[in-house]
Amino acid sequence: MKNKIAFLGLFAALAIILGYVESLLPVFIGIPGIKLGLTNLVIVFILYLYSWKEALLISVVRILAIGFLFGNLYSILFSLAGGVLSLFVMYFMRKIPGFSVLGVSVAGGVTHNIGQLFVAAFVVTNFKLMYYLPVLLVSGVVTGLLIGMVSGEIWKHVGAYIRKNNREKL
Amino acid sequence: MKKRDIILVAAVLILAGGIWLITRVFFNDSGGQLRITVDNEIYGTYDLKQDQEIQIGTTNTCEIKGGKVTMIQADCPDHICMHSAAIDKDGGTIVCMPNRVFLEIVGQEDGGVDTIAQ
Repeated sequence: MKNKIAFLGLFAALAIILGYVESLLPVFIGIPGIKLGLTNLVIVFILYLYSWKEALLISVVRILAIGFLFGNLYSILFSLAGGVLSLFVMYFMRKIPGFSVLGVSVAGGVTHNIGQLFVAAFVVTNFKLMYYLPVLLVSGVVTGLLIGMVSGEIWKHVGAYIRKNNREKL
Repeated sequence: MKKRDIILVAAVLILAGGIWLITRVFFNDSGGQLRITVDNEIYGTYDLKQDQEIQIGTTNTCEIKGGKVTMIQADCPDHICMHSAAIDKDGGTIVCMPNRVFLEIVGQEDGGVDTIAQ
């Protein structure tokens, strides 16, 4: 239990740092709203190591911290909608047999974008934003694949190490 | 990468392509309309897609051609409105001050990014 709290603190810090790193990157390939989703590395990892509860906790802590540090009310709202939606979709994708971490991550990336877009459309009450949906779907697939590959490797190596050394303490 | 992953990726990409096509075909040409105001009163609203010449009162004539609007005739002395750049669905105005004729585009799509989207 003590180890778990320490791990979660560590991962929350890691997620916040990754969010900061991402905020330093210029807008990805020139289209606003498209982000790599580096913090999803951590979320996917937690989801595999623990369960959705821990992943949700880290996700919310991360979004609030990043939002207060670098964002505004709207960026917090967008992130919460995208983050929570993608988390639960990834959780259910993991339950369905036949999907690897790549598929889980792609589903997460795509639904993250969808969640954000719907909140954006709601906030500005302009459903013309749906023009944006195809762009965000494709970008969700691409970034989801990238993040999925990396988090798959992390899970294979770091995850195996953590589980081996903390079997009963997790 | 498992088979279902590939199916998922393909499905999302096809969905994206489908939505893109649908918005292209059905909504994209909902471009905008030309509103003509004379002496602060709305004279008429015209579809940009329809090529036509519009006689505005007795003083001016404007033309819609290929989605672009130009003033082609005016009886005012300076003809600034006739030399104004053509306006299209992205917005813009043509003004003929002496005759108080005002051409503007309404209902255009929002271009660019607002502050919320950052």
